[in-house]
Amino acid sequence: MKTVFEKSVPGREGCWPEEPKSKIEDFIPTELLREEAGMPSLSELDVVRHFTRLSQKNFGVDSNFYPLGSCTMKYNPKFTEQVAAMPGFAKLHPVIPQLKGAGHHCQGALEVIHETESMLCELTGMSAFTMHPMAGAHGELTGVMLMVAYHRDKGNKKTKIICPDSAHGTNPASAAVAGYDVVSVESKDGIITPEALAEVLDDDVAGVMMTCPNTLGLFETHLPELVEMIHAKDALLYYDGANMNAIMGKLRVGDAGFDIVHLNLHKTLGTPHGGGGPGSGPVGVSERVKPFLPISRVEKLEDGQYYLSYDEPKSIGYVAPFYGNFGVYLKAYAYMLRLGGEGLTRATEGAVLSANYMRKRLENHYEIPYNRICMHEFVASAVEQAKNGVRALDVAKALLDKGHHAPTIYFPLIVKECLMIEPTETENKETIDRFIDDLIEIAEMAGKNPEALQAAPLTTPVKRLDETKAARSMVITDDIK
Amino acid sequence: MPYVPHSPEEVREMLDVIGVNSVEDLFAEIPAELRPKSFDLPKGQSEMAVLEKLGKMAAKNTTDLTSFLGAGFYDHFIPTAVDALSSRSEFYTAYTPYQPESSQGTLQAIFEYQTAMARLMGMDYANASVYDCGSALYEATLMAVRKTRRKKIIVSEALNPIYRVMLDSYTTNLNIELVTVPHNHGRTNVKSITAAVGKDTAAVIVQNPNFFGSVNDFTEMFEKVHEHKALTIMSTYPVMQSVLKTPGQMGADIAIADGQSIGQPLSFGGPYLGIMTCTKALVRQMPGRIAGRTEDEDGKTGYVLTIQAREQHIRRQKATSNICSNQALCALRTLIHLCLLGEEGLRRTATLSTERAHHAAKRLSAIDGVEMFTKGPFGNEFAVTLPVNAFEIIDKLTERGIIPGFPVGRYYKGMENVLLVACTEKTTEEQIGIFAEILRGTI
Amino acid sequence: MIPQELLYAKSHEWLKVDGENGVIGITHFAQEQLGDLTFVELPQEGDTFAAGDEFGSIESVKAASEMYAPVDCEVVAVNEALEDAPEKVNEDPYGDGWLVKVKITGPTDALLDAAAYEKLAAEEAH
Repeated sequence: MKTVFEKSVPGREGCWPEEPKSKIEDFIPTELLREEAGMPSLSELDVVRHFTRLSQKNFGVDSNFYPLGSCTMKYNPKFTEQVAAMPGFAKLHPVIPQLKGAGHHCQGALEVIHETESMLCELTGMSAFTMHPMAGAHGELTGVMLMVAYHRDKGNKKTKIICPDSAHGTNPASAAVAGYDVVSVESKDGIITPEALAEVLDDDVAGVMMTCPNTLGLFETHLPELVEMIHAKDALLYYDGANMNAIMGKLRVGDAGFDIVHLNLHKTLGTPHGGGGPGSGPVGVSERVKPFLPISRVEKLEDGQYYLSYDEPKSIGYVAPFYGNFGVYLKAYAYMLRLGGEGLTRATEGAVLSANYMRKRLENHYEIPYNRICMHEFVASAVEQAKNGVRALDVAKALLDKGHHAPTIYFPLIVKECLMIEPTETENKETIDRFIDDLIEIAEMAGKNPEALQAAPLTTPVKRLDETKAARSMVITDDIK
Repeated sequence: MPYVPHSPEEVREMLDVIGVNSVEDLFAEIPAELRPKSFDLPKGQSEMAVLEKLGKMAAKNTTDLTSFLGAGFYDHFIPTAVDALSSRSEFYTAYTPYQPESSQGTLQAIFEYQTAMARLMGMDYANASVYDCGSALYEATLMAVRKTRRKKIIVSEALNPIYRVMLDSYTTNLNIELVTVPHNHGRTNVKSITAAVGKDTAAVIVQNPNFFGSVNDFTEMFEKVHEHKALTIMSTYPVMQSVLKTPGQMGADIAIADGQSIGQPLSFGGPYLGIMTCTKALVRQMPGRIAGRTEDEDGKTGYVLTIQAREQHIRRQKATSNICSNQALCALRTLIHLCLLGEEGLRRTATLSTERAHHAAKRLSAIDGVEMFTKGPFGNEFAVTLPVNAFEIIDKLTERGIIPGFPVGRYYKGMENVLLVACTEKTTEEQIGIFAEILRGTI
Repeated sequence: MIPQELLYAKSHEWLKVDGENGVIGITHFAQEQLGDLTFVELPQEGDTFAAGDEFGSIESVKAASEMYAPVDCEVVAVNEALEDAPEKVNEDPYGDGWLVKVKITGPTDALLDAAAYEKLAAEEAH
């Protein structure tokens, strides 16, 4: 399909504003100006049809089952879109509460921030939250910066962060970009053991980043002991909230002893993924880390009025220009109000039930490396199928032909031919059963006709794409030939 | 329960297949002492009740004020088709295009967005966007530090202070030296910046138009910076960039911007998007997602995420950045908005905004005691010096339904009387007239 | 498959010694593990490295790997053809796919001979 630049016809009118009275040259000298910017000229219908066609080349949660492990692709309730579009929120300039005498013009928005933080505190058992981080990885970076500030304040000399070998790549990357060395701890039978942790845990360790349940979908059964060991070294325990959908109402990470947590509202609390963003990655902290939270903080006065506090002498400073992705966490707030405490617990139960049901139905057809009760997701492996030349990638592509988005593949790195499956609670049993039946059929085909699977997908807008050619030729704009 | 479809009978069937008696059995591994000590969240409500509650909260915010606020965040008109198209759920309920065959819509849109951004900035390459301009600034800084293996960054004080404070926070633990060069009565101090550059300099960072609205040409300065093998980073404002000399023409190595002003509602601070573009020599240092064009097995054109070996899921702690997403939906909105405006519409938007700002500047500076602070050429934003404290004027005018601008003294000591005023194509001459008259009366 | 006349590092670089002059590349085993290469980042002429120092990196679509100097050395030439054609490393790792030419400035005792490297590669393949 042609690009908008290839479709452009000079002179064609789109959605233009009125004609100015003057020319730009009347205000700014020519030597400070440019030639044409090369934007496409299209009619409004040209644009509408182009992007409608493009949208039809996508799988989304509304159109397809999307069991992408670790991404929690649950249904995004429609009414939350309407909330974010309310003019009282969408038209609000972020600078307003910083102006003298203007605070009363944004009380509703400040209340949203305050209430969302309060609900997240109750959900996780943390003492305070900041809504500023704009994505999960951004929350991680903020969390690691909080560790830096905490240790600096205490005069601790700490240089290392420990991440398990099953961790998302963002954990070590976040620790590294904040200036720490990264040490890996090896999991045994899928989880971290006190013995393995003891081998790497020394006085230089600033913090330990854990995902619980971990990326294999397993609960860290040694958690209480690990917490004690880590705190004994005055290291901080970090909770990567990627898998929070597994524990709502069942475990509060604050109660369990975690010091810093980031949540992925676009996963756990139903805000849309947007094709890769925007997300929202708020960070919660225990009492001792609270003084270091980013500026600003929303405070509530006794008379019920809200204001922004900038007087935070120990703060790590600013991680966002304003208050984070307000338009995103507004949807999460609406989602929490809709479900309430009981509804959130039911969501977790539904997710865990579906994951275990799928795991059980698949166990005679695919290798399940850690085949025990899992949480909201589980890991299967195509090692058996690979003996016939059908790899996890081929299984994934064959699933596309069946109308399902593929699971996460080749992650976590410690499982060969890995298929990481997360159904979420919002998919009904028929959908789950159809997906399982299709996966079983693919397993059977792997024995009989591996070539057919290696040729998949055939029904998508394009067949398998040459990624090597893309990386070698680096055609990443329409102007590179 | 809303959004959880399993009926009691289905739950029973599923539990039987799993071989456990109850849903609670699935959580047996979480020991009693780790169970929530409290879980006092409110009871769930109907969709109607939640909409009503949030509608009331939204109504507590005032959005019908006449506003001259900018400071990097501008209220431009967003064509209706932007909302209509970006609301297609095939776009907004998809995720990062890990399976390119079923994500060609998102991928081609990113590719087109990258093309539009590279053209707008006059640069070789663009990525798929980062969180916001502050994040882009920080990532650009790290690109320069990695590429030059130097640690000193020269920052113009006329760079938006909202981003400068973010850069301060992010670099605290990184052994990077930030040297801020004071502005010269609102002008970017080209001489002082040039003089500050040495063989230990990784990069200089400037903005055009700068925070005070002043339009510059950095070509000569960039040449001198390059003589020291340091890099040049330029922050811009995308609407004005459609008419101004480009970072590429001036010799910038990295050009960044906030994409808010094209396609994103102000939304109390986000979501926005950080635009990042660079020269060919730096593309492998660029963080974030990048879409590239390739072919499928039949030779049909398609798009994939490419040069991913830079990224965290492959390189882990050695990655160029920890970023693992982009502001895809915001980038899509920016792209659609640009397509609807086209070359002419975008140019008109920049010209109209500039025209209104120059009209406002004329009206305001005609008031006794009010003087232009911004000297030389400016676009849609400028600063004036008031005879009184700008904070107090904002307080008084807001009472009358007008937010007159941004108080520069909030970030610049000794500039408490300076007010930063922005216009867009939505600003009318009538509004400017009322503003000027009320200001005259108040002073 | 493994040339007898070369020396090998445990990190899968090979070194060809000719008096004080050397040539460095990566082994057939290493390129096979990485898959189709898309980018090779090399040092500049005049750069000096101690044995074990990172001197460049190499990327495929799904993997990235650092390359380490097998010996103390100074770079005298780099294979500029790899910039546009990284696939040469896949196609001919011991020939056209060489990475850098160096002046050897340290001992080579710690490196493996062909037999020892063959054993190492066989072990790592499992």
